[in-house]
Amino acid sequence: MAAFSLTINNKKHDVDVDPQMPLLWVLRDVIGLTGTKFGCGIAQCGACTVHVGGNAVRSCTLPVGNVGQEKVTTIEGLSEKGDHPVQKAWEETDVPQCGYCQSGQIMAAAALLKSHPAPSDEDIHNAMTNICRCATYNRIKKAIKLASTK
Amino acid sequence: MEGQATLNRRNFIRLSALTGGGLVLGFNYFLSSCTTEQGSGQAFDLNAFVRIDTNGKVTIMSPNPEIGQGVKTSLPMLVAEELDVDWKNVQVEQAGLDTEKYSRQVAGGSGSVRESWESFRQVGATARQMLINAAAAAWAVSPGECTTENGMVVHKTNGKKMSYGKLVESASTLEVPKDVKVKSEGSFRLIGQRIPNIDNHAIVTGQYKYGIDTKREGMLYATIIRPPAFGMTLESFDDSEAKKSAGVSQVLRIENKIAVLGRSTWEVMQAAKKIKAQWKDDGTLESSADMTQKLHELLAKAPKDKPRRKDGNIAQAFASAAKVVELDFDAPFLAHNTMEPMNFFAHVKADGAELHGPIQLPERARKRIAELLKLPEEKISVMMTRMGGGFGRRLMTDFVEEAALVSREAGNIPVNVIWSREDDMTGGFYRPMYSYKYKAAIDKDNKLIAWHHHSAGVGGSASPDSFPAGAVAHYQVDTHSYETPVSTAPWRGPTHNYIAFSEQSFMDEIAHQTGKDPVALRLELLEQAKNNPAGKVNYEPDRFAAVIRKAAEISGWGKPKAANIFQGFAAHFSFASYVAQVAEVEKQADGKVKLKKMYCVVDCGTVVNPSGAETQVEGSIIDGIGHAMYAELTLTKGKPDQTNFHAYRMIRMSEAPEVEIHFIDSKAAPTGLGEPALPPAGAALANAVFAASGVRLKNQPFIKSGLFA
Repeated sequence: MAAFSLTINNKKHDVDVDPQMPLLWVLRDVIGLTGTKFGCGIAQCGACTVHVGGNAVRSCTLPVGNVGQEKVTTIEGLSEKGDHPVQKAWEETDVPQCGYCQSGQIMAAAALLKSHPAPSDEDIHNAMTNICRCATYNRIKKAIKLASTK
Repeated sequence: MEGQATLNRRNFIRLSALTGGGLVLGFNYFLSSCTTEQGSGQAFDLNAFVRIDTNGKVTIMSPNPEIGQGVKTSLPMLVAEELDVDWKNVQVEQAGLDTEKYSRQVAGGSGSVRESWESFRQVGATARQMLINAAAAAWAVSPGECTTENGMVVHKTNGKKMSYGKLVESASTLEVPKDVKVKSEGSFRLIGQRIPNIDNHAIVTGQYKYGIDTKREGMLYATIIRPPAFGMTLESFDDSEAKKSAGVSQVLRIENKIAVLGRSTWEVMQAAKKIKAQWKDDGTLESSADMTQKLHELLAKAPKDKPRRKDGNIAQAFASAAKVVELDFDAPFLAHNTMEPMNFFAHVKADGAELHGPIQLPERARKRIAELLKLPEEKISVMMTRMGGGFGRRLMTDFVEEAALVSREAGNIPVNVIWSREDDMTGGFYRPMYSYKYKAAIDKDNKLIAWHHHSAGVGGSASPDSFPAGAVAHYQVDTHSYETPVSTAPWRGPTHNYIAFSEQSFMDEIAHQTGKDPVALRLELLEQAKNNPAGKVNYEPDRFAAVIRKAAEISGWGKPKAANIFQGFAAHFSFASYVAQVAEVEKQADGKVKLKKMYCVVDCGTVVNPSGAETQVEGSIIDGIGHAMYAELTLTKGKPDQTNFHAYRMIRMSEAPEVEIHFIDSKAAPTGLGEPALPPAGAALANAVFAASGVRLKNQPFIKSGLFA
């Protein structure tokens, strides 16, 4: 066990956990931010995507001890009022079916749009490797393009 | 699970005045069970269908489990349509399991909307009539002089208006009118509008609490070690290291499994890895390769059971045939792989239990837990959370049983049992393996005269009345059932999901062998089914033909195309809906093919919510393509070989084709939509590959063929 001071969604959280515990589980079980989802535990599906230092990271394989001083943003902190252009585009395009993977998809899309404000299909395909079992992929792509115009 | 809903059941609707003021309408199929709770204000309030507050706020309860199929949006739309309220003023709440107040709280069989079409609208229409009656009484006019408009009762000629909120108190003292007429098709205001998923905002902001997110005071997380192979039992285990592991509170043996409980999911999962368990092989360990072999051996034998369908005499037809066409197909096991792994919350107490989580059949879960814990069903509450996918896996109750047993054995404490992805993929229930043998006879006039479907699979496998049944004079379906310790379950579009691939591929082969156009052949057969049907016909040939013609039209079927573009056709009827699809592939210079586009035409009767309907169809197609292209679960000595997504390939965005969808404009009652577009997708693709390469794909996953770019 070790003490860590994490900055999550611009708020400081002091936790005393095993340094090997992945950030995902610190967020979900220790801090109670359950918007970030568990899907596979091996960084394959992307349901657990958060931003660490502004980059999209699969939190299920990132030991909390490796987060350091980097700021963490989760779906709950992506915007104050739930009105980030990506969130708005997701609602407007009616993307979610079961919805479970969507927080990870949204975090991946938000990071993509930061680095590529007008992404091509190829940019989108390269960045959006998250699995959606309901296969809402075409609406996700449409929503990303819509968000890029906002 | 199939066929038209029985809509003539007598609905019973009642009301109750709330202490806080407002109208509450309950609704039930069973008169007798309704009378018992008359006037039980508070409890009634929680489970009633519609609640209109004095301030005009409308709350509609959604009794069906939401699995991503959109019923938490589409079913309340039916009530709101008839109630004539602005959707913006409607709130939707998920109801828990209550078999006295609701019927069919099920997510399965693509049945929610088709089973609720009449009854849900009846609830809305009855509430609306009561509000009209209340206004008419207040204005001393006849109810016939009044109508409604967006939450207001309006006098048709004098322009008087009164809001529902102002009327609910008086309405709640009135008799419940009987046999209120619902709106006629064509006069809908809300049905047919693109209404977004009601939970979108909660989902996109991470606020929605799925079952896996459940946390309560004093709750422990639990992980379970299950037998590593189908056919193994637990002998003994050493948990000394696990018990010393940080954050672990208990290790328990639960029947043939070991549960580890503690303060966080990760810590219990880590501790579980330290348990040394001894498993006993009961001698039934099977590998999937052996099972394929055994299925083929069964198919080599004459069927011993009575045919599932028998029209005419296939033996005679084959003896007289000018040509016989034959193809064999094998289907692998498939995992459900819901994105939200199995999980359930349970808190068992001495005299009852609380269950909370993602479940497609809450009623079955409650019954199972009642038997298991020897508790009366009425002492067990079940709350359904929006499911992070189900696809049939959550029709099972094993994960609920585990949670209940762990809660009890741990000393009646609240627990959330969470499966790892590996647990979920390897300890699951699978789409059964099947093998199919198709044989068709063509007469000297180049006409299809006999069709024999011979199959072997777990629990048997046939959809005996599936097209072209009814269109072929001599038609027989035989099936062998194969027993295995590998647990199987329905998987999105059960049976259809593979039958459609094999049957529609075989149809394409018949077209090829007879030199007929695949669309023309299907239309010829449907004409036969219409004019000269053989045996029972469970589809309407004209509706079926219409989707086929439309799919040919929108895809430019048979029209000149670039030399490297090829198309394949498939059509299938399931869950009372008609679907026709065209897959379009591009052939590269190296001969490899890539799927570019899918065209799809659906006749599902009235489309309640076009946005939800389109996404169901598009998702079903991409899901069907993904599983046909990439998925299989194999076993070696009873142990699944694929344990997580690194080894079990799921379709991703870059592989998803463009999809163009057309719904047949229909005023018929709605039919299934969550499943019907999946089954034909693999066949359309395989038939396009045949057109491009001359290679007939007979086994999934297609990627193994080496034909794809």
